[in-house]
Amino acid sequence: MNYIDAFRNPDVAAQFVKRIAEQGRALAEKGLHVHVMEVCGSHTMAIGRYGIRPLLPQNVELISGPGCPVCVTDPGYIDAAIALAQRGAIVATFGDMVRVPGSDSDLTACRAGGGDVRVCYSPSSAIDLAKSNPGREVVFLAVGFETTVAPVVSLVEMAAREGIGNVSLLTAFKQVPPALRALMSDPEIRIDAFLCPAHVSAIIGARAYEPIAADYRVPCVVAGFEPLDILSGVHGILGQVLRGEAHVENQYARVVRADGNPKAQALIARFLEPVDAVWRGMGSIPASGLGLRPEFAAYDAATRFGLAMAPGRQHAGCRCGDVIKGKLCPTACPLFSTACTPDHPVGPCMVSSEGTCAAYYKYGLPVEDQGERT
Amino acid sequence: MCLAVPMKLVEIQENGRGLAELEGCRHAVNLSLLSDVHLGDYLIVHAGFAIEVLNQQEADATLSLFEELVHAVESESKRASPQPPSDSL
Repeated sequence: MNYIDAFRNPDVAAQFVKRIAEQGRALAEKGLHVHVMEVCGSHTMAIGRYGIRPLLPQNVELISGPGCPVCVTDPGYIDAAIALAQRGAIVATFGDMVRVPGSDSDLTACRAGGGDVRVCYSPSSAIDLAKSNPGREVVFLAVGFETTVAPVVSLVEMAAREGIGNVSLLTAFKQVPPALRALMSDPEIRIDAFLCPAHVSAIIGARAYEPIAADYRVPCVVAGFEPLDILSGVHGILGQVLRGEAHVENQYARVVRADGNPKAQALIARFLEPVDAVWRGMGSIPASGLGLRPEFAAYDAATRFGLAMAPGRQHAGCRCGDVIKGKLCPTACPLFSTACTPDHPVGPCMVSSEGTCAAYYKYGLPVEDQGERT
Repeated sequence: MCLAVPMKLVEIQENGRGLAELEGCRHAVNLSLLSDVHLGDYLIVHAGFAIEVLNQQEADATLSLFEELVHAVESESKRASPQPPSDSL
């Protein structure tokens, strides 16, 4: 089996580009300019890597959304993680988080100053750390969307089952659907369609977007991360726009089921409940996060260590908040590629390997798509 | 962060764990989020956890739709371009 090559077939891609160009002309005849938001950071990177933006008609714009969990994490969360390391806890985290700026510092600087910050590939490594350091507290930085939530929360299940008492989560989980609603309700942002995330949808199911498509009359197409997935996703979206339709299409049916992964959903529901969450740039969105249920408070680092998580401060000139909401093209930020680069990032969108600014820095962009969006 | 990689399941172990292969390397994979896995399945692996099994029938169905698109465009372009005279050399 070589599906990778099949979903990157350049001949098929060329036909999609041709079809999309025809759709672009039909939209232009109707005077339509379509803003498609790719919600997920992995889509943003794939779109950059495969050079998809320049292949699209001028009146079809792909706008990057808030789907990079690192980017939407509030600086106050990093401050709390640093405080825990400074108190002697082992802070275990996915690698993306270590260079994200808090209010005054980041976890890399904290580690350089003697803080015990460990990078893990899998949350189960935190269990191994807890077992091999029985006299110390291990805190896992529980950041992520639905895809990551289930694996991370498995850690609590393992700890409970094995009676491991020195591991806890500092939670800043986020859910995608409430963020989409918040974006659609913001009068300053214009979104005509969503290219919905691939692996978040594997957990929550394609049907999770149906209420959004219906309530806001916005086409929602779930797409994978290969170039043909993205092109066929855009093709599907433009078809809906031309026909005046707004429903959910699942282009990624080889992985995403209509109802998602029931076992992962049950695990999430058993341990977590919806909570209000602060998103960098978007503020607090009701019920958009997931926190541990009160009966599992022993595994909640904030409760366990009496942490007050206050919103943090970000660099005065940083426009990550507007980039996350799709209001500003990264290249229009005065810090982009001057004060803020992947080597010396000022904002989280430049730090994360899936941040919008990092994608624009790495892959560049045609000149016409640079500016403030209205 | 939500990147996930398809890997082939080559060994099922106890406690909901297994080994999956990618480009000749074997990786430990947690299978606890799936209820029905079989040796040879392609798993979608994220942060050491299999979050879904790749449905090969659906993948093939999508690819044949793509093929149809290419053929449809080819036959359209044949219709659109004038045929060369049959007696030309």
